[in-house]
Amino acid sequence: MKDLLAALRKDLLLQWRGRAQLVAIFAFGAAALLLFSFAIGPDSAALRQHAAGFLWLGLLLASTLSLAESFEREVEEQALEGLLLLPASERSLYYGKALANWLHLTLLGAALVPIMVVLYDAGTLRLLSLLGVIALGTAGLSAPGTLYAAMTSQTRARQTLLPLLLFPLVVPVLLAAVKATSLLILGDPMAQFRPWIMLLSAFAVVHWSIGGLLFGRVVED
Amino acid sequence: MIAVAAVGICRRYGRRWALLDVSFDIPQGSLVMVTGRNGSGKSTLLRVLATAIRADRGTVRIHGLDVRTDRESVRRKVALLGHRTHLYEPLTALENLAVAARFLGADAGRRALLARLEEVGLADRGDDAVQTFSAGMRQRLALARVLQQEAQVVLLDEPYGHLDPPGFLLVDGLLQRLRRQATTVLMATHLVLRGRKICDLGLVLEAGRLVFAGGAANLPEPAGADAAGLAEGA
Repeated sequence: MKDLLAALRKDLLLQWRGRAQLVAIFAFGAAALLLFSFAIGPDSAALRQHAAGFLWLGLLLASTLSLAESFEREVEEQALEGLLLLPASERSLYYGKALANWLHLTLLGAALVPIMVVLYDAGTLRLLSLLGVIALGTAGLSAPGTLYAAMTSQTRARQTLLPLLLFPLVVPVLLAAVKATSLLILGDPMAQFRPWIMLLSAFAVVHWSIGGLLFGRVVED
Repeated sequence: MIAVAAVGICRRYGRRWALLDVSFDIPQGSLVMVTGRNGSGKSTLLRVLATAIRADRGTVRIHGLDVRTDRESVRRKVALLGHRTHLYEPLTALENLAVAARFLGADAGRRALLARLEEVGLADRGDDAVQTFSAGMRQRLALARVLQQEAQVVLLDEPYGHLDPPGFLLVDGLLQRLRRQATTVLMATHLVLRGRKICDLGLVLEAGRLVFAGGAANLPEPAGADAAGLAEGA
């Protein structure tokens, strides 16, 4: 627990120091939402219909930048290796980083909601539930994303490799998150929201468990 | 007591052997110079001893612990100053030391960390981000981080690198302090003349093979040192 708190504190501090980059990532996500609205055109019903999908696509695209960035500082002076040699627990380093990434992606997702509401006229009164879906969906993104970001951080083509590896793995998370968000925006006459939330939770538990088990193999020689 | 025992270490990068059948014993408390030309395997050897990389063949024991099977225990006994500083560039000097202190379970208070910085002459730059530091200052901070570990075996890869003459004296002083504490030190350096004066033992690597192991005073003359007029600092 000591190592986990130390790792989380370190990662939150690094994110705070790199906050200018975080603002740029939010701007990227917002720009993606704007471009998606151009693709649909001025059809407000269609925009509203696709709002949930566009929100999660924007978040997914922005998340690859954010996740890759989270390992930039770890590899430039081999700081992560330095911590491993202290020795810091590999699992704690992973969960510290994944928690910091989760927090960041949740904030990013929450910040993109007003953009979605304005661009797609896709509001909901169940704001807390929407934040819950974002938190669960980003949990399912940040755990495998942190693992793959670690895996690709030492490669030259990391900006390309990370989405190539991550996107196929998170398709189920994305589908469940889009469906749950869509039910909140468009209404849920068949009471399907709860099963989708259960599915999202299950994916999050699986990804967080596997990530912690595999991280040591990824970062060790 | 033997602090470091290496038997037949081999390490390969692709098709090239960086270390080939390297064996030696280092008694506890020894100050050992590891030298050799660029690419001779000095850094690879230190990284294998530090468990940063694994040997493809051979065994290494640090205070009787196998680096392959007792990796975590070995890491508690060993500290490495590598070519890379292991520092976070956006964090300040104090924050970098605090990060390490929290993992080590050491005092992460400002006063204790400032005392560490004082040892390497950086006490007045504690609140400055590492990215504003010169290469020599980074090296000093990396040294402070290594000392923070209070390890029984200290591995220093080019500790004099980037340092100014006062920095050379600082490293000499730190080495003497480690010797008094009976810490075993292996130091990779090209400064053979300096190493002869302050080290007890010497290892010379050539293309990954150990070609000399013995008293530092008997280290072979560095090839071309006089012709190149190599300066060895203060």
